[in-house]
Amino acid sequence: MLPGFDKKPIAHDKALAARAAVEDFHAEYCAVLDGGDIEQWPEFFTENCVYRVTEYENAAHGFPAGLIYAEGRNMLRDRAVAISRTQMFAPRQMLHFVSNVRILDVTDEEIVAQSNYMLLQTLVEGATTLHQAGRLFDRFARNGAELLLKERQAIYDTAMIANDLAYPV
Amino acid sequence: MYSSETVIGLGTPSVKNKPIEQLVWPEEGLHAIPDWVYTSDDVYAREIERIFHGPTWNFVALEAEVPNSGDYKRSYVGPTPVVVSRAEDGSIHVFENRCAHRGAEFCRHTRGNNTEFVCPYHQWSYDLKGNLQGIPFKRGVNKLGGMPRDFRNEDHGLKKLAVTTRNGVVFASFTHDMEPIEDYLTPEILKDFDTVFNGKKLRILGFYKNELPCNWKMYHENLKDPYHATLLHSFLVVFGLLVAGNRSAMVADSKRGVHGTMASAKSDSLYAAVDADKKKEMRSFHEGMVLKDERFLEYVKEFDSEWSVTMQTIWPNLIVQREMNTLGVRHIVPNGPNSMIMLWTMFGYEDDTEETTRHRLRQGNLMGPAGFLGLEDNEAMKFVQEGVRRSVTDRSVLKLDSENIGTADSLISEAAIRAMYKHYREVMGF
Repeated sequence: MLPGFDKKPIAHDKALAARAAVEDFHAEYCAVLDGGDIEQWPEFFTENCVYRVTEYENAAHGFPAGLIYAEGRNMLRDRAVAISRTQMFAPRQMLHFVSNVRILDVTDEEIVAQSNYMLLQTLVEGATTLHQAGRLFDRFARNGAELLLKERQAIYDTAMIANDLAYPV
Repeated sequence: MYSSETVIGLGTPSVKNKPIEQLVWPEEGLHAIPDWVYTSDDVYAREIERIFHGPTWNFVALEAEVPNSGDYKRSYVGPTPVVVSRAEDGSIHVFENRCAHRGAEFCRHTRGNNTEFVCPYHQWSYDLKGNLQGIPFKRGVNKLGGMPRDFRNEDHGLKKLAVTTRNGVVFASFTHDMEPIEDYLTPEILKDFDTVFNGKKLRILGFYKNELPCNWKMYHENLKDPYHATLLHSFLVVFGLLVAGNRSAMVADSKRGVHGTMASAKSDSLYAAVDADKKKEMRSFHEGMVLKDERFLEYVKEFDSEWSVTMQTIWPNLIVQREMNTLGVRHIVPNGPNSMIMLWTMFGYEDDTEETTRHRLRQGNLMGPAGFLGLEDNEAMKFVQEGVRRSVTDRSVLKLDSENIGTADSLISEAAIRAMYKHYREVMGF
């Protein structure tokens, strides 16, 4: 669906090792977001990262707009500070579920992966609702076992957003 | 959470949903808004009939969304699904998304290209202008069945709407003797409308959609309410995009008073200086905050306009957004008294450089359902809808700048909202 995220032939053992590293990354990343520690969130990215959350139709037709669109970790830091300190929105709990991790390409320096995600939201009075379902297209910088996101494109199927998206994916 | 998933107070209490003949506007006149304008099923039904299906021009598309012959887009006039289609001769047509035969909503893709429209149910086919072309087995089989002899295709086309365009913006109406769009918009609104839609070809940058659990009129009111901008949106204040005291305007059109332009001019320095006395009034103000990436706030002057921001409300269903260099239209689809759908189309110009496009995308973080400002508006309007629907109190207060109706000289004014309700009451018979 996105250029640069094609499946390459990969040796099975390399794919398994990469998959374990990516799953570990997702677990820590989601723990930070779900734990409400939003100002720590940019630290999962490289300095020159690209981050975009956009609906399926935009991705499928090559439209560049993002619900969230950031060039560089500093833009993510500005967003994190805005969310935690300036923005007004009703209190809510978020839960991220990431699954079906699929390794698209691996080198010593980089892992390219695709995963599915579900984002659940619970408002003060509300039921827990499926706020977003979508796919993550991730490009990681790899330094030994440590991964940082060089690029994340979160492409959601849930095009009709229930009011708003307060926290990132 | 969608409005349909409300847990406490699902359904409107009868006191906020009375029969229309029992509804009386409060004695305060335009200094109060009764809750029932936001919560009544009867009022909503009359709005669709008299406003969205009545003598108004409704936004349906940008021409850039259907640039080529055969291009089409699903759209809405009020809550009614329509199709916007570009015919072989380049003309644009808008018709109901309802097969003339048995009523199927035949166009299922958000947008696409085809040479004709074929209803999947019985394969009645229509040309790109909505005329009925073909009916399978029209004469029956073996001289049995089929349409009666006097059946004429030209009497059974799709229901067509009146269509007009202004510099690449497509409007439609169920009323076929509408005034020209220029007269409808009025010169004072056209001034800033034509700044954005100046005849240059647009480049579509993408779409988003959201459901706001609020009445559709609240969206207009929010953009005719410059008072909230420096109070709710502390982000604007902190980073000097808009501070009480910035040069600004709140214009209402002189003909009906329903269209508006909320405009402001950014101060020259990147961050605004806020006086101590104004700071006291703004409890959300944050001292000493600076951005880590300042590219986001840069304003590149690209138009011959004194304003860096113009937010236009075009009655009844269009918002034109020019927030510095991020441009977009928002299409309001009313969805019952307690809900509305917002369809966003972000754009730039065909001759934008790659860097200009990226600047527009970066600045796009201000707006939309995850925008620094957009999110706060959505939240606030949800709070208002919940408040007016579930409380015992029955009206809200509209007294800022109380002597004025229409264009306001001050940001601390609700005069443009009063102008909208003045017209609304006439049309609705309240």
